[in-house]
Amino acid sequence: MKTINAAPFALRPAIAALALVLGLGAGVPAHAEISDGVVRIGVLTDMSGAYSDLAGPGAVIAANMAAEDFVAKHKPAFKVEIVSADHQNKGDIASNKAREWFDRGQVDAVTELVSSTTALAVMKVAKEKNKIALITGAGSSRITNEDCNDVSVHWVYDTYATGNGTGRAVVKQGGKTWFFLTADYAFGQSLEKDTTAVIEASGGKVLGSVRHPFPSTDLSSYLLKAQASGAQVIGLANAGADTINSIKQASEFGITPKQTLAGLLMFITDINSLGLKATQGMYLTEAFYWDMNPETRAWSKRFFARHHKMPTMVQAGLYSAITHYLEAVKALNSDDTQKVMAQMKKTPINDFFAKNGKIRDDGLMLHDMFLMQVKKPSESHYPWDYYNVRATIPAAEAFQPLSQSRCPLIRK
Amino acid sequence: MRRLAVLLALAAAVLAPAVLYPVLLMKVLCFALFASAFNLLLGYTGLLSFGHAAFFGGAAYVTGYLIREWSWGPLPGVLAGAAAAGLLGWVVGRLAIRRQGIYFAMITLALAQMLYFVCIELPQTGGEDGLQGIPRGTLAGLDLSHDLLLYYLILAVCVLAFALIYRTIHSPFGQVLKAIRENEARAVSLGYDVARYKLLAFVLSATLSGLAGALKVLVFKFATLTDVHWHMSGEVVLMTILGGIGTVAGPIVGSAFIVTLEDQLADKVGSLVTVIMGGIFVLCVLLFRRGIVGEAAAFGQRLLGSRNSPDI
Repeated sequence: MKTINAAPFALRPAIAALALVLGLGAGVPAHAEISDGVVRIGVLTDMSGAYSDLAGPGAVIAANMAAEDFVAKHKPAFKVEIVSADHQNKGDIASNKAREWFDRGQVDAVTELVSSTTALAVMKVAKEKNKIALITGAGSSRITNEDCNDVSVHWVYDTYATGNGTGRAVVKQGGKTWFFLTADYAFGQSLEKDTTAVIEASGGKVLGSVRHPFPSTDLSSYLLKAQASGAQVIGLANAGADTINSIKQASEFGITPKQTLAGLLMFITDINSLGLKATQGMYLTEAFYWDMNPETRAWSKRFFARHHKMPTMVQAGLYSAITHYLEAVKALNSDDTQKVMAQMKKTPINDFFAKNGKIRDDGLMLHDMFLMQVKKPSESHYPWDYYNVRATIPAAEAFQPLSQSRCPLIRK
Repeated sequence: MRRLAVLLALAAAVLAPAVLYPVLLMKVLCFALFASAFNLLLGYTGLLSFGHAAFFGGAAYVTGYLIREWSWGPLPGVLAGAAAAGLLGWVVGRLAIRRQGIYFAMITLALAQMLYFVCIELPQTGGEDGLQGIPRGTLAGLDLSHDLLLYYLILAVCVLAFALIYRTIHSPFGQVLKAIRENEARAVSLGYDVARYKLLAFVLSATLSGLAGALKVLVFKFATLTDVHWHMSGEVVLMTILGGIGTVAGPIVGSAFIVTLEDQLADKVGSLVTVIMGGIFVLCVLLFRRGIVGEAAAFGQRLLGSRNSPDI
């Protein structure tokens, strides 16, 4: 074997050219406590596609509110800047934008990242560039398991929490018999499997399940099977448009309100677009509801004034995440990634979004979740008056325990 | 004249990373290769495939899986991805070329959708999360995780592939393809085995599309459902039409235009990106149907008063 450092002759001019280009291209960053005196936060989200309602422009507004509130409250010595981009739900655009932001835009943290493809892709870029990723929109439990890393925080929810939380809490509320309507791909199947386990552990019974292709527009035959099963609760182990279609068609067939639907992954904006007539009585788990207490109401009304919609848990969570990040930067007077991560993990999160929240070593932000039941149209007295909060699911029950973690940072 | 243009383009490509972001440039190159491969079929053989994402994304998954799970090197991984796409192209091509026009397009779309569903269902592809964290690896002792190094590698591969496409178009084989495009019945009457030529063109196009998809895996380190989705098949049609069907430089210009726009507009106009892209496509179809390069060539021809058809 030849030694590796002896580059073949033909390669030498190429390497020389490369070195030249490198010299031209790479600027030397100024070394200061806070690089370039500005803390720049990138909001990378879906501005126009399927998730723009639950994250999108509202998330950008929430991020700007967080920055403005922080500056007004703390009057820091550094500037805070929010930049945003539309990743169009494509991993390559998300990853390219994040790279460019880190390399050339002097961005210190990338946030939001709705849809699991973009979140997982950008987490890897953040790790490579040693910058921070604060994930609020995506729900894949891989973020804090197989693909976990020490620069990412998963802030709002994951499918384990929404699925398990709903399963356990609904059984406690008396919904003992279940039937699953499952999207036939990895996501739906694992959601069904995990939720089934928790239902049985809580004393409920799963009567059966039916799998529909992903995506589907006509779910009638599957819904009729669910109806014939006579189960009290029909669990929707699907997402997005499939869930919306299931709910609409269940209402048209008169399945609801005789049987109750349980959404394993839903947002308040889905309820808003479907209307209370179709969704009444439905169970779902959320991390946040705007109308829970004076604190949530106060913030949400300010948000509403700017966005003309009430915040989803993703948007509220983004505000919370950015605020926590900025406070860590201020406390240290440094934007060094590892120091800031350590500070963020050390400090509990107490704001309108989370009480006694804590960032675990696998990157999961532990906080209480809430089981919601959608109100009947007659119970709703003002706009966005959609939920009855049925139960608080304590953080320890809501999220996957560390003992089951598949995160390499934990297992070592 | 033409040689000068090619040299200028090459020099620009070599110096580009000093000004532009290398990762974006690599993405442009991958899509330029994809669109050029597609153009070989649409522009020179007259076959509109609406399922090219299957080759692009299929190769991406194969390459990604081999590199990540079986620890293959980047070079064998990419070659295996391209070969897999070629094989898939042979299967799809055998079935699709039995029909013409819209039916051909529909068969390719249907088969590509089947692959899409396979990619959702298979545990190996990671479903909707995609195949993530694929290492770039090293080639001949060079660490490819360096963006500039990878850029020059991809540039070299793409230049070779473009040269291959150019040679194919201008070979006797390419002349027969053009004859089939212009008048299939006459090509048959001249004694050419049209089905064979079509299949060969299809396989070549699929293989090169696969090469593009495999290279993209090295750049971004992941393969996702976006790559096999029919939107991707549509996007490559858009790039080719916008650049100019049946021109050598057209798909390259078209893909550079679309990719740069998609990327650069992402943080400037927010939700308007898709609207702007749609508007550009409508304008292109209504006002300049020959595409950017086609129109520019026609303009140059008018200016020079030359009677020879431009060959760019």
